[in-house]
Amino acid sequence: MAVVTRGFHGRRREPDPRIPPGQYLETDFPVLAIGPTPRVSTDDWTLTVTDVDGSRSTLDWRGLRALPAEDVETDLHCVTTWSKLDTRWRGVPVGAVLGDAGAGAHHVLAHSADGYTTNLPLADLVDGRAWVAFEYDGRPLEPWHGGPVRLLVPHLYLWKSAKWLTGLELLREDSPGFWERLGYHSYGDPWREQRYVGD
Amino acid sequence: MAGPLPWLRARMDDGWLETRTARTLTFDVPGWPGHDPGQHVDVRLTAEDGYTAQRTYSLASAPEEGRLVLTVQAVTEGEVSPHLVAQMRAGDECEVRGPVGGWFRWTAGTPGPVLLVAGGSGIVPLMSMVREKARTGDPAPFHLVYSVRTPDHVVYTNELFALSRTTPGLVVDRLYSRGGLPDDTRAPGRLRAADLPGPDATDVPPVVYVCGPTGFVESATEHLLDLGHRPSAIRTERFGPT
Repeated sequence: MAVVTRGFHGRRREPDPRIPPGQYLETDFPVLAIGPTPRVSTDDWTLTVTDVDGSRSTLDWRGLRALPAEDVETDLHCVTTWSKLDTRWRGVPVGAVLGDAGAGAHHVLAHSADGYTTNLPLADLVDGRAWVAFEYDGRPLEPWHGGPVRLLVPHLYLWKSAKWLTGLELLREDSPGFWERLGYHSYGDPWREQRYVGD
Repeated sequence: MAGPLPWLRARMDDGWLETRTARTLTFDVPGWPGHDPGQHVDVRLTAEDGYTAQRTYSLASAPEEGRLVLTVQAVTEGEVSPHLVAQMRAGDECEVRGPVGGWFRWTAGTPGPVLLVAGGSGIVPLMSMVREKARTGDPAPFHLVYSVRTPDHVVYTNELFALSRTTPGLVVDRLYSRGGLPDDTRAPGRLRAADLPGPDATDVPPVVYVCGPTGFVESATEHLLDLGHRPSAIRTERFGPT
């Protein structure tokens, strides 16, 4: 039996099939992060890819920009219930960043400059579903939105799109990240409302 | 494997305005397990025809089983907050789910000093921590730096004043960004580094909790880093756009 809130009507919009259940349309771009915005410049930014055998390769800003980039127009869904539509990004597909690494890997732990981590299945990062992004709305990515470089995985809740990306750790077994150890869902599909553990 | 967090029926028990646009609401919630100060809760409102809207709000109260307190700032053009602030009456029902959030939290018994930095309605989760310290008699030194536009915008005015007089180890500083009181020694203005204690102000550096609008949190954390606080000691909760 639903609990009806007396007198509540809401501010209804035309239902938009692009907005997942339990989400509302946001036109601003809210900022969420666990601590201070790290001071990362393109001069000192690096991304380390660690393969399952422990071997590492490191990409710097010039190396990233030498890879083929794509323009991406996509919708964003934050677990705090806002969704933002038609956002424009530019970035390198994660598959191109990983290159030949990842044989035998099934999962990835993404690392941020502030110590934040988040886990994802490798399959969700390749085949044009995720990017290492460095521009938002035609401009260099602002620090509070994860600049200079963040992960962009728009088909999952936005906490999976790690800001200030510094590492991609390829793993045979899944290993929970920061929020995933604190009660949030391991996968985070907004269309199935996978917000918290058990959803 | 644990099942999903359940939606719980919440019945509003009481409510009062803290400022012209912020209202405190108390709810009886059978089955609510309590929370850790700093955590939040998802609130879902359902219209008679089944239309629903949900938002996340910080918990304002000290932890309590079966009961919780929110303080909600009405957001212009908002959907849920205007109803909670202007329409909801004692006896009305909604649903809540939580508590959620495991990082921005403080529990009694945690060793070490605490620095709380609040901008505007960012006071709410920090007030939960202050209330818990007062309730439990926890000896941790607490320093709250609370920045608001004017004295009219202070939430929990009387309670903060009383607690600062009666709670050992609690220091409360109020700062006004737009206009203050006639006897203020500090000229009105945005939070400055000089308004904040450095990491050496306590025996050991504090854990710092910063909550407020995005711009406030960005500048407050810049000041804190400049003062020498370590990034890993600073926990933030931001709301609103850049």
